[in-house]
Amino acid sequence: MVRNPSNREQFRPADHDAEHFLLTTVVGSYPKPTWLTRAKKLADDSESGFDERALAEAQDDAARLITHEHERAGLDTVVDGEMRRDEMVEYFAHRIPGYEFNGPVKVWGHNYFDKPSVVSEVEYDEPWLLEEFEFTASVATRPVKVPITGPYTLARWSFNEAYDDEAALAYDLAELVNEEIHRLVEAGARYVQIDEPALATTPGEHAIVGECLERIVDGVPEDVRVCLHVCYGDYSKLYPAINDFPIDEFDVELCNDGYEQIDVFRSPAFEPDLALGVVDVHTAEVESVAEIKSNIEQGLKVVSPDRLTVSPDCGVKLLPREIAYQKLENLATAAREIEAELDADEIEIAGPSDD
Amino acid sequence: MTELVATTPGLFPLPDWAKSDLADLKGRQKADLISGDESNAVVSTYERARAAVVDDQFDADLDLFVEGQLRWDDMLAHPLTVHDRVEAGRIARYYDNNNFYRDPRVVGELTPSGDVGVELTAASELIDETAPLQAVLPGPYSLADLATDAYYGDEREFLSALAEFLAAEVDAFPDHETLFLLEPSLVESPPGDDVAEAVPEAIDVVASATDADVVVHTYFGALGEKTYAHLMDADVDAFGLDLVADDREATVYNAVEYGVPDAVALGVADGQNTRIESAETLRERASWFTEQVPMADFDTVYLSTNTELFYLPVNRYREKLAALAAAADIEREVSA
Ligand SMILES: [Zn+2]
Repeated sequence: MVRNPSNREQFRPADHDAEHFLLTTVVGSYPKPTWLTRAKKLADDSESGFDERALAEAQDDAARLITHEHERAGLDTVVDGEMRRDEMVEYFAHRIPGYEFNGPVKVWGHNYFDKPSVVSEVEYDEPWLLEEFEFTASVATRPVKVPITGPYTLARWSFNEAYDDEAALAYDLAELVNEEIHRLVEAGARYVQIDEPALATTPGEHAIVGECLERIVDGVPEDVRVCLHVCYGDYSKLYPAINDFPIDEFDVELCNDGYEQIDVFRSPAFEPDLALGVVDVHTAEVESVAEIKSNIEQGLKVVSPDRLTVSPDCGVKLLPREIAYQKLENLATAAREIEAELDADEIEIAGPSDD
Repeated sequence: MTELVATTPGLFPLPDWAKSDLADLKGRQKADLISGDESNAVVSTYERARAAVVDDQFDADLDLFVEGQLRWDDMLAHPLTVHDRVEAGRIARYYDNNNFYRDPRVVGELTPSGDVGVELTAASELIDETAPLQAVLPGPYSLADLATDAYYGDEREFLSALAEFLAAEVDAFPDHETLFLLEPSLVESPPGDDVAEAVPEAIDVVASATDADVVVHTYFGALGEKTYAHLMDADVDAFGLDLVADDREATVYNAVEYGVPDAVALGVADGQNTRIESAETLRERASWFTEQVPMADFDTVYLSTNTELFYLPVNRYREKLAALAAAADIEREVSA
């Protein structure tokens, strides 16, 4: 069952001058500045004289820069672009006792990933994202969203040497995610996003993800917005199961294939808020404001405007940085124009039940 | 008496130095993947990598050596993606894994290419008759399943064209002791009724191109009953069966119900998990199968991983090879 989607109002900026409010956000990752990538390489080379402290300073600078870049683009909620994270599974596995690394494995072609092995029961040790959140919140003037790789994906994209099955591992990891969220909430976080791309590859296992989410939100206050991001899946296999997930918002990519699957979510009625991808992250062509506006209108087929969030399809880290920025800026502009048109009654809302 | 033979289905992980050297030389994008006309620098890097994995097999003391298939960027689709009359299409998911390959789009007649034969000849020179060579190819059904046909126009015709193509590749192979035809698609997307009968015929076409022992190796689970029954019509020396997958009871059922050739390749070590099984565990898994199929009198049991090995980091892949060799060595000859 959905939690409390009405907690979105807290993200309406004080100076928001439209009556309607489409929450604008990002999925998380952003292209790293070239100098940060070079700094990381230098820090990995013990002979360079560029030490961990220098790298930490570079990461702070990059996090500040990208947080501000998100604000300049006009987004209502921001992320630091995951400047401190290399990869979505590795980052967490390095911080969770029970994981071990053996070396890179192939994903495709010459793209590799340090796929970790779970060799003993996973445990919670030091916070994973607390410093990242506290720093970003301290430099941001807008509310900060915290993306966290979900337990199902952490389990599926690891070698499981220790647990009877991946579900058992995922449930234990979900307890750790819950612990982390409690710390983040204590530090002031009000918007967390659980990333579960692995669910798209094995949609038949949605019940496991549902169980994980129950554990993840246990004791998390209702004013904390919990979003679930899934991407590049066959949603006819996930919907309407996601209506039973304890989340406030479901974030999904649909722009890349021209909203071919949008109708899947129209019946039965969509229960959580919808966060819809309105720019493609796999094409370097910047969508025009007009194009993005018509993409936003696709979302209005599923939910009313007060329940629509707009974001890119997925993390934008593979795009050139200027392109990523332009897409976000156009996304924010398009949302504001749609709000004005809604205020002026210039948009026919199709509504989930109409055709 | 049953002879135990330690081997693998091939498709090894690249040594870590080759992973980064080749990424630098070739690039990481779709257009940078192997095409069949590599530069000298790329060719010589693969030669060094091939020598390294041949050494790995010497170190492990396997009974049959594979070439390693390190150039197969597109995994089992490789023999097609390097072909002149095939276009490298979209990036597609490789079975149920977090791995991807270029979907080969066949746009013209599949003439013999000799690509795999060149690799095997190079491996054979490295091995220099100190160990027997095992050739590895995708089976015709899996190759058809992984590819897109834009030329032959009919599913059965496409399957038979792929069988002829693979047979022509085998013609160019150096001497080899065994030929593993990898057929995971028989499990993952089993043939429909209209094609099911054509599968053993297609396999026979490839098998008849060699004097070596031919093993049709299946994995990612148990074969469906119908597929298994049809496969019994194929004129091959052995079936390869996945004993790691959760549905392994179904594999025993198939063998009891429909019979099994006198030789069998048992996928006893998990090619997709870093957990290393002991030699004893591997032997127990093999006995678990053979003891439940009492009417069969196996003359050869190949001990293998269930899947290809590229899913593993290099240290664990080496340990898997060693465990397989040790499992076959516990006692050289046992009765089944
Ligand atoms: Zn995504």
